Amino acid sequence: MPLLEIQDLVVHYKIKTGWVHACDGVSLHLDRGETLGLVGESACGKTTLAYGISQLLPSNAYIKGGRIVFNGQNLLQLSMKKDGRLREYEPKLNKIRWKEISMIFQGAMNALNPVHRVGDQIIEAIVFHERVTKQVARMRVEQLYDLVGVPKDRIDNYPHEYSGGMKQRAMIAMALALNPKLVIADEPTTALDVITQSKILGRIKDLQSQLDMAMIIITHDVSVVAKTAKRIAVMYAGQLSEIGTTRQVFKETAHPYTSGLLGSFPSVKGEVRKLTTIKGNPPSLVEPPTGCRFHPRCPYMQDICKTVQPPAADMGDNHFSHCHFSKELAGTLSPEVFR
Amino acid sequence: MITAPTVPVIDASRILTIQDLVKHFELKQSFFAMSGPPLTVTAVDGVSFSIRSGEILGLVGESGCGKTTVGRLITRLENPTAGRIDFLGVDIATIRGSDLVAFRKYIQMIFQDPYESLNPRFSVFRAVVEPLRILGIGDTKEQRLELVIKALEDAGLKPAEELIGRFPHELSGGQRQRVAIARALVVGPKFIVADEPVSMLDVSIRAGVMNQMLELRDKYDIPFLFITHDISVARYMSDTIGVMYLGKIVETGPTEQIINQPTHPYTRALLAAVPVPDPEHAYPPVPISGELPSPINVPKGCRFHTRCVYATQLCREVDPASTEVSPGHAALCHFAYDFFSMGPYTPPAPLPPKEG
Repeated sequence: MPLLEIQDLVVHYKIKTGWVHACDGVSLHLDRGETLGLVGESACGKTTLAYGISQLLPSNAYIKGGRIVFNGQNLLQLSMKKDGRLREYEPKLNKIRWKEISMIFQGAMNALNPVHRVGDQIIEAIVFHERVTKQVARMRVEQLYDLVGVPKDRIDNYPHEYSGGMKQRAMIAMALALNPKLVIADEPTTALDVITQSKILGRIKDLQSQLDMAMIIITHDVSVVAKTAKRIAVMYAGQLSEIGTTRQVFKETAHPYTSGLLGSFPSVKGEVRKLTTIKGNPPSLVEPPTGCRFHPRCPYMQDICKTVQPPAADMGDNHFSHCHFSKELAGTLSPEVFR
Repeated sequence: MITAPTVPVIDASRILTIQDLVKHFELKQSFFAMSGPPLTVTAVDGVSFSIRSGEILGLVGESGCGKTTVGRLITRLENPTAGRIDFLGVDIATIRGSDLVAFRKYIQMIFQDPYESLNPRFSVFRAVVEPLRILGIGDTKEQRLELVIKALEDAGLKPAEELIGRFPHELSGGQRQRVAIARALVVGPKFIVADEPVSMLDVSIRAGVMNQMLELRDKYDIPFLFITHDISVARYMSDTIGVMYLGKIVETGPTEQIINQPTHPYTRALLAAVPVPDPEHAYPPVPISGELPSPINVPKGCRFHTRCVYATQLCREVDPASTEVSPGHAALCHFAYDFFSMGPYTPPAPLPPKEG
């Protein structure tokens, strides 16, 4: 049984002008100890999916269908109201949230409370969830600081005394404090410089294999997932376009959007190649395109793409692509340098 | 046909030369610390380079290294503390008043965030025509309209006639940045400073904007100073790369030489750390220690010694001079030749420890 199984999850946001179809029928699963990279552009629904899993959706989000089964339990049964919104406070969920599923938020700069010492914020999380004394919790924080590579004498500092990289590391320590089974990292290194980024990604990778946690890394940067994840899910306009192992997605690309995304990234490795571009702009999720959502921008578009939503094409070995022509296009799509 | 205003060309090969440019910012002190000496941040600490016609210089570095300040000094949005900025033979570092206004025709800037750099109340036409009006270019409305449309089309906004009535909120991020590019182009600049012009854009849009800027360079031979934190982007865009660290350019040279024969230990660390879109890439350990020091207290000797894994006593005491390891490729490191001859950074790269 996988640790996490999402089936046909549909999350829409209610806004003045209608409904934002942020997440429209996403299915994926994650095994224990596995890392999944969730890649897509801004507003493709990747953060909505993450907040759906951790049950942190805002009050204008309505879950219109689907299941989120974590460790054999459907989380939506616990927390969903009749109208599809999530209860703001649900005691049963508190046993799962942070204890079993924790998050590393985007922008650690704003995720820490500026008027409390960083160490106290982590101690608070431990004491809240586990019946331990503050002294025991503090010892745990010291171990965590060792683990993430922040000097122990910084435990009693305030967030403004930390550098950006240290804040992000403290956030990772907080996410790991209760030995969760699943950590969701939402753009964990986007605001950081490359050297700090490489240290943090390296640290995340080490910890993940040491502690046997499952992890979902959400990012727009394909080079970050290439470095950290074993499997990749590519999202476009609220839907999954391709999912498979990192190798499959990079080297046996089966979806034109993935191909465009990979082709538009420059690299310091190999020869310089002309970057390919995807024509047009990401669509509005209030009125998403009919049929395949990528069809207005797709260079291989046919009539069927305008009307029929493509089913998942099985490319073998758990590699799926939501494109009518995956089988025909496979082998021609991955940019030359990756083959 | 209207042509953009031109300036008498003195030396076509060197459009811009800056020499020992320095910028200090004085920090505002709290009331209780008013008695002490004022603290200064050395944002730019003696930067020199020159840019030829049609050349793109990529300025790379971590946040806080001073790369944006260099761009703002060249466009004279900040006043330099010391140094020269020779633009087509004229030192523009200290010009003011009407000379400064006249000079703005020739150097334009593209900013990072097109959501903030465009006035939400200005239509596309007004945003792009504004510099023409301020600088008094074009006599009639028709002439200005023609210039605006040409600039928009050069920036890849076609058909321009349909877009000029729109407001920023009706445009996508990529279109906004193209409007910002058109606004820089419309006055017929001789030099463009682009400060992280693609870092706020969506991935699928980014490559298009970068290709557009390369096309513009090819078409008009406009030199660019391209400021970015991303060395992969810098490699794609530039002919020459300058790597900045704590206010100084620590290494500069032809792009492919910097990528393949990085000579300053900091450049080597950057290249080892940058993520590569290839799942099979073997990452070497990043040869760097510690955290970025504060620009208020720049380390003595070589400014990189506190983080350099190869640092010796010499590095702690003596600020290294620039060493030219091959034509046009120089690094501020006592051991530049040793690193240069090592080629690309590969994991076991111990430098024979030197004391001296």
